[in-house]
Amino acid sequence: MSELNELYQQLILEHNKSPRNFKELEHFTNDADGYNPLCGDHYHIWLKLDGDVISDIGFKGSGCAISKSSASMMTAAIKGTTINNAKELFGKFHSVIMTKIGDEIPEEKIEELGSLGALAGVREFPARIKCASLAWHALNAALTNPKQTVSTEQEN
Amino acid sequence: MSELETQIAFDVATLRKDFPILSTTVHGKPLVYLDNAATTQKPNAVLDIQNIYYREQNANIHRGVHHLSEVATFEYEKARGKVKNFINAADNKEIIFTKGTTDSINLVAQSFGKSFLNAGDEVIISAMEHHSNIVPWQMICEERNAKLCVIPMNDDGELILEEYEKLLSPKTKIVSVVYISNSLGTINPVKRIIEIAHRNGSKVLIDGAQAIAHTPVDVRDLDCDFFAFSGHKIFGPTGIGILYGKASLLEQMKPYQGGGDMIRSVTFEKTTYNDLPYKFEAGTPNVVGGIGLGAAIDYVNIIGLNAISQYEQELLEYGTEILRNINGLRLIGTAKSKACILSFVLENAHPHDIGTILDREGIAIRTGHHCTQPVMLRFGIPATARASLSFYNTKEELDTLVRGIAKVTEIFG
Repeated sequence: MSELNELYQQLILEHNKSPRNFKELEHFTNDADGYNPLCGDHYHIWLKLDGDVISDIGFKGSGCAISKSSASMMTAAIKGTTINNAKELFGKFHSVIMTKIGDEIPEEKIEELGSLGALAGVREFPARIKCASLAWHALNAALTNPKQTVSTEQEN
Repeated sequence: MSELETQIAFDVATLRKDFPILSTTVHGKPLVYLDNAATTQKPNAVLDIQNIYYREQNANIHRGVHHLSEVATFEYEKARGKVKNFINAADNKEIIFTKGTTDSINLVAQSFGKSFLNAGDEVIISAMEHHSNIVPWQMICEERNAKLCVIPMNDDGELILEEYEKLLSPKTKIVSVVYISNSLGTINPVKRIIEIAHRNGSKVLIDGAQAIAHTPVDVRDLDCDFFAFSGHKIFGPTGIGILYGKASLLEQMKPYQGGGDMIRSVTFEKTTYNDLPYKFEAGTPNVVGGIGLGAAIDYVNIIGLNAISQYEQELLEYGTEILRNINGLRLIGTAKSKACILSFVLENAHPHDIGTILDREGIAIRTGHHCTQPVMLRFGIPATARASLSFYNTKEELDTLVRGIAKVTEIFG
């Protein structure tokens, strides 16, 4: 039961129950779909970029507790930050959840993830790593998928 | 047969010993294998015969004049005969070895489609089909400019036959429906569906993937034109399947693939095709798979599908009752006529999370859309958790499942 408790920590369950930024953005500059055809987890993510700052972010969709809490924590962590900071955080997050079972993760590597560190336990469940990274891949896709028309309208 | 007689005839504890994997552990817990709709476990008889084949009989078939080739050919063709008897086909030439149910359906869609489907014609499938009985028809319908029509179902997961009758017309060339739904467990009234189609002059394919290990199949009594199933769903190896087709129909159909074994003579100008069933069996086949399937059928015959089906109905009744007592659990698929497939959703936990937590208890279930996305859409859910049972499962294992679900609710509230 200990690995399960590690996976389904209170913080994760809480984000699953009341996800942050769980909304469609009316004014957005970028968006993308995140879909896992194997399990059916499906989210849409909207971004509002001001220069290189992610000034607003929202997501909607459905999926398991791991994918939803990961998406929720991601939006909370990168809202107001720069694109580069968000990408850097993804790199750190990815390296933690991809750490081989049995290998030690230095405490500071988890700490610098903030609340996202709660998802470190997912590495014990190889089948679920894709759930934890789904929203991040959608974010990456959104960053390379600007909605030109919407941003023009916004400026009007 | 009374319940007592079934118990005597059906000694599950002894039968379980035939399956080595059933006594293994997962995460330190005894394996509770409830994913039989995905694939079944293999008895020693099937494991051993494959080993013997490769150790003592391996050769290519229908080719060599040497001893081993003759032995391998004999064993492979003997397996074909076992399949023929098992589903009561009229002739060995009506039994085509394929890779599996999907391959069998693709064969019919492509070959029947190219021979008989013209622009404006229609193909009928149902709302509860597996993707493998949807996509092959979509592909051929697009190619031939034909239309795909879908029989709807009600909230219990039963096909609405009145709507089916309305869909039939002179344009309907073929009806392709599933016998037992893999995600809902519904047993469809296929005999009636076939009769109605035939009255309309339409041919019928039955997807028997989930039926073959759970209910006796008599293709001549059903009077289906095609019947498809996979070896691995009936305790045989993966990579082997069967397409049964009425000889008169198969003879009119064009070959599906070209290659060795399916030809009589080849020149660069003209090739003449081999007779049935070889016309549809291009290339060196899965010889050991066919022989393994034959052994699986022998094994099932010893137990008897009537006894299996009766015991599984007991498991279904028991499982349905104890799952229904769980707060916040909703069964998806509540047809009156059902196989032992228990698909469900929990109010507070996603199926994927249910699957992970049960796995840590040693319980193997399937979670997701089960390759039936239109079914999920029909019920307005993204996925289900599905426990699918076989004759080697027990009421005690269903109790373990319920205890596992209690752990899920403990975590998710």
